[in-house]
Amino acid sequence: MNINTTKIISLLFFIFSAFYLYTAYQIQVFAFDENAPFNARTFPIYLGYAGLFFSGLKLILPDPNTIKVEHKTLEYKKTAILVLIAIIYGATILKVGYFLTTSFFLMGSYYFLGERRWFLMFMLSFPFVAGFMYLLHGVLDIYLRDPFLKLIGVMG
Amino acid sequence: MIEGILIGLTTALTFQNIFMVMIGCFFGTIIGMLPGLGPMTAIALMIPITYGFDPATGLILMAGVYYGAVFGGSTSSILLNAPGVPGTVATSFDGYPMAQQGKAGKALAIAAWSSFAGGTLAAIYLLFLAPSLSKVSLSFRSPDYFALMVLGLTAIAAFSSKGQFIKAMMMVVLGLMLASVGQDSLSDITRFTFNNMNLTDGISFVLVVMATFAMSEALTIILKRNDPTAAAKQVSLTELGSIRINKEERAKMLKTIPRTSIIGFIIGVLPGAGATIASFLAYGMERNLVKDEEKEKFGKGSVHGLAAPETANNAACSGAFVPLLTLGIPGSGTTAVMLGALLGFGIQPGPRLYMTNPEIFWSVIMSMYIGMVILLILNLPLIPYIARILAVPKNYLIPLILFFSITGIYVMSFNNFDIYLMIGIAVVATFMRLYDFPMPPLILAFVLGGLMEENLRRSLLLSDGSWTFLWDRTLTACILATTILIVGWQIYKTITKKN
Repeated sequence: MNINTTKIISLLFFIFSAFYLYTAYQIQVFAFDENAPFNARTFPIYLGYAGLFFSGLKLILPDPNTIKVEHKTLEYKKTAILVLIAIIYGATILKVGYFLTTSFFLMGSYYFLGERRWFLMFMLSFPFVAGFMYLLHGVLDIYLRDPFLKLIGVMG
Repeated sequence: MIEGILIGLTTALTFQNIFMVMIGCFFGTIIGMLPGLGPMTAIALMIPITYGFDPATGLILMAGVYYGAVFGGSTSSILLNAPGVPGTVATSFDGYPMAQQGKAGKALAIAAWSSFAGGTLAAIYLLFLAPSLSKVSLSFRSPDYFALMVLGLTAIAAFSSKGQFIKAMMMVVLGLMLASVGQDSLSDITRFTFNNMNLTDGISFVLVVMATFAMSEALTIILKRNDPTAAAKQVSLTELGSIRINKEERAKMLKTIPRTSIIGFIIGVLPGAGATIASFLAYGMERNLVKDEEKEKFGKGSVHGLAAPETANNAACSGAFVPLLTLGIPGSGTTAVMLGALLGFGIQPGPRLYMTNPEIFWSVIMSMYIGMVILLILNLPLIPYIARILAVPKNYLIPLILFFSITGIYVMSFNNFDIYLMIGIAVVATFMRLYDFPMPPLILAFVLGGLMEENLRRSLLLSDGSWTFLWDRTLTACILATTILIVGWQIYKTITKKN
């Protein structure tokens, strides 16, 4: 059997399905529902078996259309940095507030993607976010939590 | 029906709704034009905004985005040979050669008029077919719905998998698994939450759509930035040429449009088929139907070759609304996203929508037509300006997509956990996309998961746990037989390919 990344993904999906199936059997149902034709664990159990079946099939059958990905040409570093910035953004948005974190997230992302036109970067972050916030908060009346703007008295 | 049409027109022709169609068409065109971003991404980005409006307005906005994105996809196909959406791949066969001959303006005009005509004809078909289908679908019972959902999921897996049926079925199962997280709808028992309160209500549909489409699309673009096979061509936007269509070209279009609109609409109605298959089939059919001298021009800038896929893909977009509005079963990934949005509004599409919410049913149909008209009025004169959007650097585009995705989730839940979950799903989806695991089946399965379980529950309880409900009714048996045929065809194709 030829081992390629698709097979590894299928193996991971097989393990995931087995775990899902195990968890499905652990779902606590009411005593009177235990022997009912259908209860809260019935559908997940079918899904677990379906997952095992299809991933097992993918593992066993030969793969004539092997996908070859040229890893050398892929920008893993930049993608990872972008994901990291997004995680930091997610972690700080509630504590610091929407305006500052979003603006810094945009500035940081532009910078790490190779942009160096500072004026354009600034215009497409701080004023842009302020305008977008006005649209959401002021016009569409969608609440945006922002402790920072509250602290400096811009937001009520 | 006349009363319904009038209700629809009254709703669709309010100032607010016309404005929404215009906004939708404009943004849809821009997003659809950017290679890699299609109608699904465009609609996904719009969902959080639509929740601020009433359901009819929200749906009208989404319909505008949908058509705009399909037209936008044609623009990048013609100008860059980089289709923004799979449904416009066939457009590039003759559109791009035409643009290379210095007739880009004309190619865009033919695409716009053909899309308009295809969409208009399909809206007329929809107008007459949807009410009768609604009546037929009222006879559907739980086993039929369950069988229909199995058919929809199998069909989308078969058609969107590019020959990788098992991979697509794995994505279907994954989508259903994600949908099973949270409280069971009947007993309120929590499942797969691992004592995490954030998962009790299940995973949000918007979160999954944003993660698997908008965010993972953005990450894929960055990841493949240096890929030499990626389309990185630039077009000289000053050489668009005239947008006037002459008499001879008009005559050719008049022959092509009616027949390809019918094939497009029929393919669109079939669950899982959609605009891509419709456009390819229409292109192939048109090539067989034209005279030999015209046949020679296919692939070199033929008017028939450009008008056929453009008419068919727009007709298929309208056709895809038939199963969505009458049966509550989406025919494509994009309509699956729209189904999720409808459920978010508290509306259950299906035969009863026609009776309980006629204003929504008819206003969507009417706004589709108005959307077509606005798309034409707005896009034809703006073609040279809209085309400049293609020059937006990815350094700005990608962070803005990420920003819209994260903001969309943030304003819905004000919860860090949802943002982390979205990033996690997006990273996994990006990796799976690299190895050709299709995302539309996952979304369709996620949307249908709850309904499917509900219908299976009812069927099994009614038949006292026996699986005979699958063949007790002729309708159920017929739907399942179609599913078996599709699966059998896929297996046959796999075996013959190997031999």
